Amino acid sequence: MKWVEVIVSFILTLSFLSFPSCGFQSDELLVDDEEFGLEGAPQHRSPEPIPTRSPPVTSPTRKRHSDLDSDSKIQFSLDHAFGDSDFSPAGTFSARLKTWSHGGQTLTKLRFSRNSFSDVEKEKFKNLLESDDFYRIRLPSNVLSPPGRDFIISSVKARCLPRESLDEHFVIHMEGVNVLAVNYGSPGSCPYPRNLKLPAKWSFSSHTVLKNSEQAPRAPVFTEEILGGENAEGEVVQPAERSFWAKYWMYLIPLGLIVMNAITQAMNMPEEQATGQVPAQGQLSAGAVQRGPSSAVRRR
Amino acid sequence: MAIRSFFLFILFFSSSISPVFSLYEDQVGLMDWHQQYIGKVKQAVFSSQRAGRKRVVVSTEENVIASLDLRHGEIFWRHLLGADDVIDGIDIGLGKYVITLSSGGSILRSWNLPDGQMVWESSLQGPKHSKSFLLVPTNLKFDKDNLLVVFSNGRLHAISCIDGEVLWKKDFEAESFEVQQVILPPGSDLIHVVGFAALSQFEMYQINAKNGELLKHESASFSSGFSGQVSLVSTETVVALDSTGSILLTISFQDGKISSQQTPISNLVEDSLGPAVIIPSSVSGIFAIKTDAVTIFIRVIGKGNLEVVEKTTHEIAVSDALSISEDQQAFALIQHASSEIHLTVKLAHDWDGNLLKESVKMDRQRGLVHKVFINNYIRTDRSYGFRVLIVMEDHSLLLLQQGEIVWSREDGLASIIDVTTSELPVERDGVSVAKVEHNLFEWLKGHMLKLKGTLMLASPEDMAAIQSMRLKSSEKSKMTRDHNGFRKLLIVLTRAGKLFALHTGDGRIVWSYLLRSLHKSEACQSPIGLNLYQWQVPHHHAMDENPSVLVVSRCGPSSDTSGVLSFVDTYTGKELSSLSLDHAVVQVIPLPYTDSTEQRLHLLIDADKHAHLYPKTSGALSIFKREFSNIYWYSVEDQNGIIKGHALKCKCTGEVADEFCFDTRDLWSVVFPSESEKTIATVTRKLNEVVHTQAKVVADQDVMYKYISRNLLFVATVAPKGSGEIGSVTPEESWLVAYLIDTVTGRILHRVTHHGSQGPVHAVFSENWVVYHYFNLRAHRYEMSVIEIYDQSRADNKDVWKLVLGKHNLTSPISLFSRPEVITKSQSYFFTHSLKAIAVTSTAKGITSKQLLLGTIGDQVLALDKRFLDPRRTVNPTQLEKEEGIIPLTESLPIIPQSYVTHALRVEGLRGIITVPAKLESTTLVFAHGVDLFFTQLAPSRTYDSLTEDFSYALLLITIVALVAAIFVTWRLSERKELQEKWR
Repeated sequence: MKWVEVIVSFILTLSFLSFPSCGFQSDELLVDDEEFGLEGAPQHRSPEPIPTRSPPVTSPTRKRHSDLDSDSKIQFSLDHAFGDSDFSPAGTFSARLKTWSHGGQTLTKLRFSRNSFSDVEKEKFKNLLESDDFYRIRLPSNVLSPPGRDFIISSVKARCLPRESLDEHFVIHMEGVNVLAVNYGSPGSCPYPRNLKLPAKWSFSSHTVLKNSEQAPRAPVFTEEILGGENAEGEVVQPAERSFWAKYWMYLIPLGLIVMNAITQAMNMPEEQATGQVPAQGQLSAGAVQRGPSSAVRRR
Repeated sequence: MAIRSFFLFILFFSSSISPVFSLYEDQVGLMDWHQQYIGKVKQAVFSSQRAGRKRVVVSTEENVIASLDLRHGEIFWRHLLGADDVIDGIDIGLGKYVITLSSGGSILRSWNLPDGQMVWESSLQGPKHSKSFLLVPTNLKFDKDNLLVVFSNGRLHAISCIDGEVLWKKDFEAESFEVQQVILPPGSDLIHVVGFAALSQFEMYQINAKNGELLKHESASFSSGFSGQVSLVSTETVVALDSTGSILLTISFQDGKISSQQTPISNLVEDSLGPAVIIPSSVSGIFAIKTDAVTIFIRVIGKGNLEVVEKTTHEIAVSDALSISEDQQAFALIQHASSEIHLTVKLAHDWDGNLLKESVKMDRQRGLVHKVFINNYIRTDRSYGFRVLIVMEDHSLLLLQQGEIVWSREDGLASIIDVTTSELPVERDGVSVAKVEHNLFEWLKGHMLKLKGTLMLASPEDMAAIQSMRLKSSEKSKMTRDHNGFRKLLIVLTRAGKLFALHTGDGRIVWSYLLRSLHKSEACQSPIGLNLYQWQVPHHHAMDENPSVLVVSRCGPSSDTSGVLSFVDTYTGKELSSLSLDHAVVQVIPLPYTDSTEQRLHLLIDADKHAHLYPKTSGALSIFKREFSNIYWYSVEDQNGIIKGHALKCKCTGEVADEFCFDTRDLWSVVFPSESEKTIATVTRKLNEVVHTQAKVVADQDVMYKYISRNLLFVATVAPKGSGEIGSVTPEESWLVAYLIDTVTGRILHRVTHHGSQGPVHAVFSENWVVYHYFNLRAHRYEMSVIEIYDQSRADNKDVWKLVLGKHNLTSPISLFSRPEVITKSQSYFFTHSLKAIAVTSTAKGITSKQLLLGTIGDQVLALDKRFLDPRRTVNPTQLEKEEGIIPLTESLPIIPQSYVTHALRVEGLRGIITVPAKLESTTLVFAHGVDLFFTQLAPSRTYDSLTEDFSYALLLITIVALVAAIFVTWRLSERKELQEKWR
């Protein structure tokens, strides 16, 4: 009975521990990549900004409440700057603002429409590429009353963006209606000696992800685990439980050699003479053996 | 030689026979040392009237009360009150109780003088905040009980000295009344309380000491107002300064009537000197005022007639008055003269006659005398002798008697701000300091002693000799570098602005240096030492160049005051140079580059966000230019909850062309919403940490690559409501969010919320993991969490063939601008103690497993294996995992009593733990500081790379001898047998 309890609690804690941390993250990134692989393609064709959408990241508990909660649409803008220039509008995020029954507000269904580069901007961007400088973006820190307390700035070396088109990847960290931080960069890697490479198409393919905070796994609570301390100590003592061979090999090998030596001697000896002396050898070497290990124990 | 080895053999043999061969108890003190301090003395009370041990009771700025041996300066007993329990006054009651008033006058305690046991404690409340006074009258009796008079929080209390009971109390509720003095005229039952009200009103209350009844209340108004303190010149006269600091007001209240007289200072001294302040003292008839440059002693004659008795431009310190007989009071005066101090003891009514005049040679490195306490004794010829206790600028405490320093205590070491280490000089011929035993006789004698010790025949003296011999022969206190890197210099900067070099072998002070740049000067009003950095660590020229440290300080408490840099040689303790900067120092960034003279490049960020490069040499500049675009840093604005990332832009665009000044720009920012988060802790990895293995092999022959980046920042934020004390909020309104932020790009790599948790957060970051400690309100327990971060982008490199054929990306440069593919693993455990500090062991190559060093609330250091904080622990680990060393999951972390690093000792007031790698990979040096200092060596995985001291050489020898003997015997036997065979 007790065992069943222990096993059940173990399974519960295990599932609880493992689920939110690892499963959550990898899941989200996969979905993200799939969607944008598909949606990014048509985007390059039209000069008009095409909204990309990102799957909202919501926890399952929140979904259950969704019927009760009201939605409203909001917009906030993305600004960009080339090197140290001033910020200018570069696109608009639009999202649904969900107001939960318990008073919290979160964004869902984030869409992003990117303005394409004007000729002046293209020129500026080329300069950035040549000088390996930073392309900077900013977002308001509060989406309801922009810019909030301060703008959220993020930047990336311009040479990281160009591929076929200009590939960019936003991860927006939210806390309610506040933007904490935005991670901006290329969706893939940007290997270090950054080479100058102009994009084939001067349009953006944007990927956006919204991230909310994760719950920390709780500390495991065992009701009837009293063995904890002992286990731990047992673990510490464990190295002492090495096998006899592992401990005393340095004594045993020479001993073995001696014994082998003695045996070969004995083999070589004629039968009639051997009786008197072989036991004497045996005793002596046995004495050496015994002294070795016993004093070794004392040393420890 | 043969004799020697024979003796050696005999000795080893005999030592191995004795059954007990553990060195545990006498190993204490072999590798560790512990020093006890008390801090800068605020107040001292002598207790030398009675027969028995002479002692002095002191209170200090570290909130310590201690009883010191007046003969040697040793600590009899000592108590450290809490950090917010500041001591306001101490005194001795009834000759056997030490009375302390603390916490802004709200806690009164009595301690037994001989042993320091607390006798009673009472809490004193009052209507409003005010100055606190503690008076212990000698003659005020109340039912055979001595009274204590305490004024605190706007209320006057009379308290029984025996049990701390409040006998009566009297409130002074008048809104603006500010108490200045509480006076007990000797031989009467009256208490006078004088103070100011409404800035220009002088108030005097006369109170019956028997029952607290208000007898008289007088007031007088002074249109010019008051400034600063008042000085009591007799029991019925006080002297105050007006609000401009230029007119002296002599106010007397004889028989309850207030009369006053005004004397402009310019009448007394010809040249006007600017505003003055009164130096608080209690010598009757005399007071002192101090202006910028001059100290003036003024005598009060009769009713308000003032007379200047002395004017001096020397730095001067005055003690309180000491009654030596019915009507005679003495006081001590200390004046500085170049390398000496002059001590004079005078009678209060006789300025010109000196009772005592002595000159004492004083080390320049102690600075000025800050405080003087006088005590008298009766000489052998029955005349009065005087001894004084002085507190110096470097916070040291000295006792002067008969023109000599009887003892001194380096109590500056109780307030360490920063610590760094320095190597010792390389051993050269002729430089060697210690000598090893050289002749055979001494050698034999030493071994005979040791033999006696092991056979338990040794007398206590012999034991002491053995112990001292052992200490000496361990060579740990030599002044040269050792092979294992155990001997180093600990360079510490104290709050007094003094640098000390402590030897790690025995903790002695090798040199000390009071930083000249931290002296008060016109340009720099209140200099504060900030940090220590290793400036120059010579490797190529280790034989002929000395290492040096950089001390960064600034001229005031606010961060926009200009900075000062000093460079100090760590072998000699001399200041090489110092620089007064024309910009502030907000942040110091040691860069991982050194110039041709092996000076480390440092980037100093000022208040206007300009970056300044030091050293200002062209060599440094060219190195810096090369790495210009690869330098990033971050700044944390605690108040706003904003973290910003910065990079360099271009040369400064000021009027003055400065090659070493650079403009900066913001690259990223993280803004925590002010209504829900408040940053309370930020931690990064140690700059000099070494990581040996980049990958971790997990149980099923799988490999996980650690995400090792020097640019990771751990940030912990809490709900603003929950930033107070533990228990001030409900679990629902409190949460704690932990972040891992990349400081180059500002990416949040990991973010996790602990609901129902609260600070304070103590965290440590090492390799690819961070461990943090906080309070869980739901479970009512402290918790520790671990986050480990692994790199997924290199996870494909598991194939051996890929590695063999070189088709892997392990050697390609890593750019943080790539999107990181990381996974994190985390787990939380309960932990019993609350913490004061947390650190992690660090070793030379990073191979040795790590231990966390936790500074517990009991001021001890506990070592906890990092394996206990492995997020991969499960309740039932598989056999493979067990072999790997994974401990079964438990809800709380074990506290194993044997793993207290400080064993039985306590590091009172523990503030920080510093770990330094030794050259021997298995060993790390640990230095814990607070009011006390503690140093030891740790081997987290045992000393696997060297033989321990208790290694039994005898056993090894015996085994070898036995084997050789056996070989010989068998050889003989076989030869004989062969011979017999041949003869047959």
